[in-house]
Amino acid sequence: MSTISVTPPQPDSETIEPEVGALRKRLKVLRQGDSGMVPIIIGIIVLGAYFQFRSSAFLSSGNLTNLFIQSTPYMLLGMAEIWLLLLGDIDLAVGWVTAVGAAIAVILVDVQYHWPWYFALPLAVLATTSIGALQGMVTIFFKVPSFIVTLAGSLIFEGVALYLITANNAGGSIPINGGVLHDIANVNMSPLFTWIFSLAVAGVMSFFVMTKDRNRRTSGLDSVHVVETFIKIGALIGGAVVLVFVFNANRGTFIVIEGMPYAVPVVVVILAAFSFILSKTKIGRYLYAIGGNVEGARRAGIAVNRYRLLAFAMTGMTAGIAGLVYASTLGGISSGIPGGTLVLYSVAAAVIGGTSLYGGRGKMIDAIVGGFVIGVIYNGMALIQLTASIEYIATGFVLLAAIAIDSIARRGAAAMK
Amino acid sequence: MTNTPESPSTVVPEIGHSGHGDSGVSSSVGEILLSLRGLTKHFGPVEALRYCDLDVPAGKVTALIGDNGAGKSTLIKAISGIYSPTSGQIFWQGKEVHIDSPRAADELGISTVYQDLALCDNLDIVQNMYLGHETTRAGILNEIQMELETKRLLKDLSVFTVQSVRQLVGSLSGGQRQAIAVARAVMRDTQLVIMDEPTAALGVSQTALVLDLIKTLAKRGIAVLVISHNLNDVFEVADRIAVLHLGTLVSSGPASDYDTPSAVELITTGRSTKAMPSLSTTS
Repeated sequence: MSTISVTPPQPDSETIEPEVGALRKRLKVLRQGDSGMVPIIIGIIVLGAYFQFRSSAFLSSGNLTNLFIQSTPYMLLGMAEIWLLLLGDIDLAVGWVTAVGAAIAVILVDVQYHWPWYFALPLAVLATTSIGALQGMVTIFFKVPSFIVTLAGSLIFEGVALYLITANNAGGSIPINGGVLHDIANVNMSPLFTWIFSLAVAGVMSFFVMTKDRNRRTSGLDSVHVVETFIKIGALIGGAVVLVFVFNANRGTFIVIEGMPYAVPVVVVILAAFSFILSKTKIGRYLYAIGGNVEGARRAGIAVNRYRLLAFAMTGMTAGIAGLVYASTLGGISSGIPGGTLVLYSVAAAVIGGTSLYGGRGKMIDAIVGGFVIGVIYNGMALIQLTASIEYIATGFVLLAAIAIDSIARRGAAAMK
Repeated sequence: MTNTPESPSTVVPEIGHSGHGDSGVSSSVGEILLSLRGLTKHFGPVEALRYCDLDVPAGKVTALIGDNGAGKSTLIKAISGIYSPTSGQIFWQGKEVHIDSPRAADELGISTVYQDLALCDNLDIVQNMYLGHETTRAGILNEIQMELETKRLLKDLSVFTVQSVRQLVGSLSGGQRQAIAVARAVMRDTQLVIMDEPTAALGVSQTALVLDLIKTLAKRGIAVLVISHNLNDVFEVADRIAVLHLGTLVSSGPASDYDTPSAVELITTGRSTKAMPSLSTTS
């Protein structure tokens, strides 16, 4: 450990073997940071291979499209939870708040009130955002753990949701027959738009990758080799092309069904916006700081309570959006909506993807990966006709494995100090 | 290098409450940046600080030593704006000031590095350095600018042991973390850095890193006020020493006036049997 005045001043390794030095540094930083994504990706590939082996329909375009759609509510729920998990808080009411949002949206567009979607949907999201903010205010003002406040909220909003759903109809369910709310999960973009959208997204992301790498190079900071930049861009465009082929393949039997479901761009836009906030703005930076060391954040002059409240509100808002998509995938709402299970899956999605329950670590993409894993298990098991009970057990084990791997990786990183 | 005693309480033999309003007694080496006169802090019936007089000159390292409960942390917190003094005056660059919040201290140019460092382990060095005052361009964090500046600052302070400024702070050694916390403290026109037990949890080689950093700061003209238990470290870096005993500043002066036995005696009893030119006696 004697690396102090004994070591000669070491300039950037850029002056010696630039690429190798930079690569070595980046590998070290990666190892000390979190490589949580890699085991999960491997897990997805293994699971996918297993299901494909058991049922050759798994990797068919029709099934994969279904898989995406089934995963989207879990991805959104995971993103909702991540806002608070980053702070070291949690929202146990997110499942029932989602249900409230779904109920409000469905009831307003239904025949009785028949509101246009551009009033009904935003109002539903506004309602869930307010609920989130309210839970936040109680947590902050009374200085009680968010665990308890949202546990109470979970009970309260279960009641509210059930009330809304059963108030005006004895049947206990309301279907959605058409309109934007129905279309999100059930209608597809044309193949042409699918191409345009996918290539546009890949193009924009490639542009960002290229500019970031180029700026780092020209400023003289450690940066990646040009080859690596091209590999990243190639992967982005290649991935987009593969997705387009999956979605554009005709998956209908009697009629032609092709194109990307609208639910996918919804998730992509939200993922982009939220990731931007977390990684490129002060707001995101402060959320990570509060989750890492709240006292340190306070001493740095950060208005801790303001950002905590914001995170609670964002969880509520994202839960509302998740509710809209969820209602769309179900084709309506019913009093059987499993709000209690939804919150478990939302936390599972975030954690499987690599977000830490202790705060300070996680990204929005974690929810996409985690939600996808849950979707794969759900979809695959249904395909090979395993019962729901086995599906629950399997999902639980996957969550355990994710947490165990994460913990081992973190201990390994700490030991490398 | 004996110079005229700067502590006015040598004039008054009892509990040194002197109403001297000027702190312009400057020695031949460093302008007095901070002056405390009669600083007193009560917490209810508890007298944590009693009429403390202290001068902290620029470009020098002043060590504040004393036993547990002597009032060192309280004194520091009064200077850094966490506590408001019950009575007494604080002079900054010759003018009387009232430091009523950490932000106010910050604006004067006083930075404090606390014992717990207040670093976020889940963020990297650059992010910690700029926490709370990030540079942005059109609302977006300007990562490249901040990274370049951080590298430059660490180089200026001769902190070379860090491999990459993008390392997470949680993965650094204790000495490196301390160095980062100090570097962060001097980032913006800081004129006085206060450090609370900077070497307390460090091993020998890491302590050397931190002590070197303290000397570097003084060489740059910054006034450094260090609280320390460790007399070895104190005699290694201090230009001036001030001793607190049960809330009273019983002695202060150039470090050459002190040695370990006299320092220990002052810390434990508040008195010294050694004849010292700048010693102020208490009853």
